[in-house]
Amino acid sequence: MDVGASWYLVLAAMIFAIGALGLMVRRNPLVMFMCIELMLNAVNLTFVTFSRELNDIGGQVIVFFVLVVAAAEVTVGLGIIVAILRRRPGITADDVSALKG
Amino acid sequence: MIAQVQAMSTPDVAWSALAPLLALVGGALVLLLVSTLTTAKPPRGAYAIITVLAAVFAIGSAMAIWDRVTDPSQGPYAAVAGALSIDGFTVFLTIVIAVGVALAAMLCDDYLRREGLDGPELYVLLLLAAAGGLVMAMANDLIVLFLGLESLSIALYVAAGFHRRRASSREAAMKYFVLGAFSSAFLLYGIALVYGATGSTNLVKISAFLSHNVLEREGLLLAGFALLLVGLGFKVSAVPFHVWTPDVYQGAPTPVTAFMASASKAAAFAALLRVFVTTFYAQRVDWQPLIAGLAVATLVVGAVLAIVQSDVKRMMAYSSISHAGFILVGVQVASARGTSSALFYLLAYTFLIVGTFGVATVVGRRGDAAHAITDYRGLGSRRPGLALVFTVFLLAQAGVPLTTGFLAKFYVINAAVEARSYWLAIVAMLSAVVSAFLYLRVVVAMYMSEPGAAADADGRLQIPAGAGIALALAVAFTLVVGVVPDRVAHWADRAVPVLTDKAG
Amino acid sequence: MSEFLRAYLTVAVFAAFAGLLIAGVLGLSRLIRPNRPTPQKLLTYESGVDPVGSGFSQSQVRYYIFALLFVMFDVEAVFIFPWAMRLELYQVFGLVEMAVFIVILVFGLVYAWRKGVLRWV
Repeated sequence: MDVGASWYLVLAAMIFAIGALGLMVRRNPLVMFMCIELMLNAVNLTFVTFSRELNDIGGQVIVFFVLVVAAAEVTVGLGIIVAILRRRPGITADDVSALKG
Repeated sequence: MIAQVQAMSTPDVAWSALAPLLALVGGALVLLLVSTLTTAKPPRGAYAIITVLAAVFAIGSAMAIWDRVTDPSQGPYAAVAGALSIDGFTVFLTIVIAVGVALAAMLCDDYLRREGLDGPELYVLLLLAAAGGLVMAMANDLIVLFLGLESLSIALYVAAGFHRRRASSREAAMKYFVLGAFSSAFLLYGIALVYGATGSTNLVKISAFLSHNVLEREGLLLAGFALLLVGLGFKVSAVPFHVWTPDVYQGAPTPVTAFMASASKAAAFAALLRVFVTTFYAQRVDWQPLIAGLAVATLVVGAVLAIVQSDVKRMMAYSSISHAGFILVGVQVASARGTSSALFYLLAYTFLIVGTFGVATVVGRRGDAAHAITDYRGLGSRRPGLALVFTVFLLAQAGVPLTTGFLAKFYVINAAVEARSYWLAIVAMLSAVVSAFLYLRVVVAMYMSEPGAAADADGRLQIPAGAGIALALAVAFTLVVGVVPDRVAHWADRAVPVLTDKAG
Repeated sequence: MSEFLRAYLTVAVFAAFAGLLIAGVLGLSRLIRPNRPTPQKLLTYESGVDPVGSGFSQSQVRYYIFALLFVMFDVEAVFIFPWAMRLELYQVFGLVEMAVFIVILVFGLVYAWRKGVLRWV
């Protein structure tokens, strides 16, 4: 069976959707965090697929930048989440809701 | 393969064009390094002064290239191998963002001492965020745009949670982080789809490709548009992507809120203008209805929900959403007139909102918590000067003539009428009427009701020097430009973005 | 079988041989040694110290800060590899640019150091 570029694009779209859905449905901050990573990596897969299909190295270079940005987001995000978890262990996103109106 | 190595042509670094960016990043690095390596306590306000100097230097060096880029014989150019585009638009937004960071730094100075958080970190974060915003305004390539957006956002996630002892500040940081990361993933996916449809992330190449080719897979490009709009819509807090705005604006330290509402919003609109209005101009029938829809929802929801708030910071968050609706009206017009009206709005709004949150910083007192509308009761008799300044900002936001707020709204609606978007102009005017009510509500609380029992419990409100200067500058700009707007409006007219890959 | 797969066959043979060797030696020793367990013998070996609590425990926050620093600086290296592969192509310009990049990273490290993050408490 021939696995063409569109298969990869569909797979990436599905992973992206899983990540987006997971972020909206799950309430554990760390799982929400993993969902964000899932979304970013789905985009990476899209970039690499297009890069190969267009025969343009640019798309693969972009993946480098996205990886670094994702790492920076991880560092900052984990810092924020741990700052909250430290004071109130076992918290879920629903409990962080003093601000509303 | 290794045998025949030839030196590659390296990108020409246009120092004059990069000077504003280098000033901000350099200021941040100097602050960080000097403050960590010296053990002596710095003189009062030294961090804020360095930050303001960096911002002033950025403004000065941006103005220095204004004549060159607006001169028809030389014109705009692309720097650093076509990654950044240097035109009047870049210069104008550099000034808007640098003004935002300078005024916010003045507010930070006393705020940090009052809250016992003194240190260089917040200034470093604000400077780096401003540098990211600058990169967004200059970006000539979608990936550069993404990197600028991330530098802006990541610095602001931390800044939002900077008041680490306050639970609401930590909560704001977490909400901002989760929703911000969510939106940037959408933006990135949009970039990927546009790249797939056009074969490049460079705005000049994308525009050239779209004008010379008929797309086989138009669906890909349209999906890319939609995702880019979602991502940027989050950043400008357009309805229905606004849910983070009230919580984050309310929970974040007030000077940081001032920065978010001014510089961060300006950078996001810069991206929207350069990507959609300039690059995808030929496809405007595809995206104009989307932005018009966003604008209507934003105008209505922002104005209506602002009325029912009892917390002034939260109320201003909703009002900033409705202001974003006005700017979106200018964006959807998709003409030079619309763009320059949006630019004028951004500059005017930067001074207005920093001033508004500046007053909130002062009234918030120790703990940064006294933001209920009842805390403003009787301010007119307790601190007449402060109340008067706040009245100016509120009336200007409501759009009272002789202020920049009125002119900003007038230019935007004028551009919409010229483009025959009559119904959009009508919605904008109705929204202005509705939101006038909420500004008046605060004014009434200040002048026509007695101060609450707790109001004078911890003494008279002090107006610190830094905040005082910031408020004075903001009031002066609002009134002076409100009366004689010609020069600033003329600058905004010449600051329309241009696509070019001409080396400088 | 293609040349490509043949190369992997060698690896597979080596892996199988290594597995057999370990299984053989351990199995043989199990067959010929006496087996008299005592509670002392069943304890987990912890460098001669008596283990306390179960194997699962929450790790200290200080490990996590090291981990974050590591992630950050580790990922930045992704920019250095492509540059190092083509060092002679970019010549002095590339060298200066990379020096600027690394100096900025060092600023971050200096900040972490002065804040006491690198000290093992």
